[in-house]
Amino acid sequence: MMEFVLSLVIFSPLLGAVVLLAVPGDNVAGIRRAALAFSLLPFLFSLVLWSGFDASRGDFQFVENLPWLPRFGIRYIVGVDGISLFLVLLTTFLTPLVVLSCWGDIELRVKEFFFFLLMLETGMLGAFLALDLFLFYVFWEVMLVPMYFIIGVWGGPQRIYAAVKFVLYTMAGSLLMLVAIIYLASVHAHASGLWTFDLRELYNSALGAREQLWLFTGFSLAFAIKVPLFPFHTWLPDAHVEAPTGGSVILAGVLLKLGTYGFLRFAIPLFPAALEVASPVFVALALIGIIYGAAVAMVQPDLKKLVAYSSVSHLGFVMLGLFGLNQIGIEGAIYQMLNHGLSTGALFLIVGVIYSRRHTRMIADFGGLWREVPIFAAIFMVVTLSSIGLPGLNGFVGEFLILLGAFKSSRLAAVLAVSGIILGAVYMLRMFQRVMFGPLTNPANRGLGDLSVREILVLAPVVAMIVFMGVHPRPFLKVMEPAVSSTIERLEVARRRMEPRIAVALEKRAEVAW
Amino acid sequence: MEGDGQIIPFELLFLIPAFPLLGFVLVLGLRERLGRAVSVIAPGVVGLAFLAAAAAFYRLVSAGPGAVLTQHLYTWISAGDFSANITLRFDPLSAVMALVVTGVGFLIHVYSAGYMGHDECKPRYFAYLNLFTFAMLLLVLADDLLLLFVGWEGVGLCSYLLIGFWFEKEENASAGKKAFIVNRVGDAGFVLGLLLLLWSLGAERMSLGVGALKEIAPSLDAGTVTVATLLLFIGATGKSAQLPLYVWLPDAMAGPTPVSALIHAATMVTAGIYMIARLSFLFALAPITLAVVAWIGISTALFAATIAVAQNDIKKVLAYSTISQLGYMFASLGVGAFSSGIFHLMTHAFFKALLFLGAGSVIHALGGEQDIRRMGGLREYMPVTFWTFLIATLAISGMPLLSGFFSKDQILERAFASGHIGIWAVGLAAAGLTAFYMFRLLFLTFFGELRAAEQARHHPHESPPVMTVPLVALGILAAVGGYVGLPEGVGWGDKFGEFLHGVVGSFAGHHLAAGTQILLTGCSIGVALLGLVVAYFCYIVQPGLPALVAYRLSGIYKVLAGKYFVDEAYDFLIVRPYFRLANVAWRIFDVGIVDGAVNGAATMVSVNSELWRRLQTGRVQSYAFSFLGGAVVLLAALYLAGRG
Repeated sequence: MMEFVLSLVIFSPLLGAVVLLAVPGDNVAGIRRAALAFSLLPFLFSLVLWSGFDASRGDFQFVENLPWLPRFGIRYIVGVDGISLFLVLLTTFLTPLVVLSCWGDIELRVKEFFFFLLMLETGMLGAFLALDLFLFYVFWEVMLVPMYFIIGVWGGPQRIYAAVKFVLYTMAGSLLMLVAIIYLASVHAHASGLWTFDLRELYNSALGAREQLWLFTGFSLAFAIKVPLFPFHTWLPDAHVEAPTGGSVILAGVLLKLGTYGFLRFAIPLFPAALEVASPVFVALALIGIIYGAAVAMVQPDLKKLVAYSSVSHLGFVMLGLFGLNQIGIEGAIYQMLNHGLSTGALFLIVGVIYSRRHTRMIADFGGLWREVPIFAAIFMVVTLSSIGLPGLNGFVGEFLILLGAFKSSRLAAVLAVSGIILGAVYMLRMFQRVMFGPLTNPANRGLGDLSVREILVLAPVVAMIVFMGVHPRPFLKVMEPAVSSTIERLEVARRRMEPRIAVALEKRAEVAW
Repeated sequence: MEGDGQIIPFELLFLIPAFPLLGFVLVLGLRERLGRAVSVIAPGVVGLAFLAAAAAFYRLVSAGPGAVLTQHLYTWISAGDFSANITLRFDPLSAVMALVVTGVGFLIHVYSAGYMGHDECKPRYFAYLNLFTFAMLLLVLADDLLLLFVGWEGVGLCSYLLIGFWFEKEENASAGKKAFIVNRVGDAGFVLGLLLLLWSLGAERMSLGVGALKEIAPSLDAGTVTVATLLLFIGATGKSAQLPLYVWLPDAMAGPTPVSALIHAATMVTAGIYMIARLSFLFALAPITLAVVAWIGISTALFAATIAVAQNDIKKVLAYSTISQLGYMFASLGVGAFSSGIFHLMTHAFFKALLFLGAGSVIHALGGEQDIRRMGGLREYMPVTFWTFLIATLAISGMPLLSGFFSKDQILERAFASGHIGIWAVGLAAAGLTAFYMFRLLFLTFFGELRAAEQARHHPHESPPVMTVPLVALGILAAVGGYVGLPEGVGWGDKFGEFLHGVVGSFAGHHLAAGTQILLTGCSIGVALLGLVVAYFCYIVQPGLPALVAYRLSGIYKVLAGKYFVDEAYDFLIVRPYFRLANVAWRIFDVGIVDGAVNGAATMVSVNSELWRRLQTGRVQSYAFSFLGGAVVLLAALYLAGRG
């Protein structure tokens, strides 16, 4: 089984989705149970994958390499390393929780909803595992369709506007990426006489510095929109506000990571010469995102918008870690991707819990809820603290490593990013206070039911992971280490191969850190 | 202050923090199901932690000077060359702190069982209090500075939760939030200090273990050490409520009074002092930082004392007094008298915890009254509270032979001996003010006529034994706790300083002649007595006088009573502009420009309104198509540019 375990991970959700179509549409309970079972299947497979994973290796494992469109050199190549392993686990871990959380609030076209959700999972898993650039692009686009429908059909009143905005933004970026992919492959074919989209081959293509910059731009626009990096973020609050709870969780929890993952897997190692120009720009945009996202989150009247802007701030941290271009910063960035998936996923689940009871997300409608819903309050508190990076919980580990990495390349960047930590506490604690503390003035909130068993089952695993990853991050970091090392090595090799002018300029930049 | 001497692995060290953690888990897990047992379990685990600390202390002392007990639990974080370890360390400094935290903590837990007896949220209260004790012990036992930071933030969290314990009052919740955020400002400095330290260590040993740091410290670049220690000190000004970040502590009095005693007087707020003492080998290498620490400390001591003079809330007076006393400790560290700072930290823990618990007893008796103008005459109703409060007042005022006398005098004397005459003079002035405001508090609360409101009048009563026994225990400590650190040449001398020798930097000032020493002590006693006499005259002999003075000097009085309007200034200069900016940024940038541009671009691309209508109805395909067209154009441009 191990030789095609990755295909099992990727396609088991799709298989589930297709089988789901055969279940009669009026058997809602059956559909729900079947969807849960089918979402647990990939989780199981990914656990098998984890157990068989060799943590000492930095290269790709469980690689499957089959011809697909041989005329264009397009192949079905998938493989996993220490970077993608946990993103896969994050995806397969969150999806069953999302399915379970949707048992309560998706009443309309239940079958179709879960169909799209499982299809989306296949898209995400494929994108994380694809090693053929064309295959990656296909999975990347495949994700768009189910997400469009999830927002557009099951969303709020402005859902069409939000869904279209989401698709337009994403398409705008990804088409440029397609162009860049084809151009890259053609240059490689020109030089080697062989058409291939194999990432591992393309890492070695000899491109001029100028070409690299252009191609880097093509790739990064797609990824920057997905992240979303400031100033490409404005689709995100709309998409979140309109998406149903499950959609928001997947969107924030996993989909955004495809942007940062794209930088780390593709844009950065494929075009190292571009980094001389690009990395200061991206560090600057990341810092603006950190501070701007935190400031704007604070003044949002809508809980979901607040969490959406907090994502802009948190992913700014991830980008900062990535573009520090050193081992510690990148490991921190990957860790922070997982943290953000857990804590922001949980925050959207939490907002969903109160929304399902009160049908409002306006902060002003709440206040003093703690006494009504103590278990909910405790979980909300832990997640809030994770989000603001309290040591002992997961967020701190990622943030600290990112700062440590950033400090090496630019002290100024570290200083500015640290101010983001202060502002993070401001908007989260302010929100928590306005929702949970104070007198219970709104009579509609009286007698609000505490978490049901199902809701506890949804949130407890996330909280457990938040604590575990804060107390014992080593099992995760240890697995990432070799893969990140080999990425860094690839950059080093490329740097040495580059024209001496650029190499000198890069070194100088590293020295003049301020 | 050489590297560690004898390092002894001690496998039971983890028990010290483990007991309170267990208590937290038990109380939180079982909550109401525990019933009255919570009042036994929660204090019990802290008592057990005290016993564990005492056992470790015994082991440490019997191992002889220079010994350190350690226990490595596991590697917490490792990435690249960086690693952080969960390693506990029990040396004389940690020993003093752990014993104070668990000892005073135990008494306050016991007291709480009485004070919070009728509160329906008692389990939540005790869960937080146990968690606090755990975090504080982690802080003082951590060998790795990053683990210390875990404790540092953990106590901050508990402080946040406990200040806002009665969260249904909006102002309590706000006070908690303020404490957390102001501390975060300090923590930002602290984190930057850690980052700078880590990178200055060199790539091979990026780890913040104290033992290793000690060895490498002398080889570090002097400028880097100065900047790093200044950044760490910013963290200390937050946690230990010094200028300019002290503003959260007075508001923190919104929490239950035993919390004020434990967290906001005896233990958590001393974390900054502990941290600097822990890193004294580093701070000693940075004279500029030390000067800053000394002057910030002594300025805070005087500044807060002037505010305390004009406050009428019993807890606010004590809060400003705490800020002022913490200032003394920093001044002590700054002049290089590290052990004296810790000595005062310990005696202060005794008498200030006692003052707060006494205040709690008074508030309890008067049904929640906190305004000293509506107290008075309580001496007769609650004798135990009165006598113990009196001992604490005498101790903090520096009256001879009580604990505070020895510790505060040691600080002033060593400031003088190290040539910091200015620090000494300001400290002396603040000492006079301390005696004045403390006796003002004592006289207004316990002497004269009872001025309480009608409904509070009929039942001033002494508190139950569960509350008075801790008062008596702390009273004894506040009285005799100073005898471990007598002046040199008197009795057995400074045993406390000797015990800490080798862990914290030794005092390097010159030896004072006996005559000078006596003269200095005379000055200290003199100003303390002066403060007492003035207070006696103003509040016992001529009770009308203070009002008259306040009226005549109404300008000064308003400034003092209004706490120099620092909160208002911060609000005007920082908080409100930030809110305004955030709002404007969002409305102009996000909603206006970017969305406007995106929607505008969409409109432009849709050549006819037909297509725009389709967009509204969700026909994505047409849009995708137009984008594809755009992409082709871009591709062509890109290709040509690549050629050129």
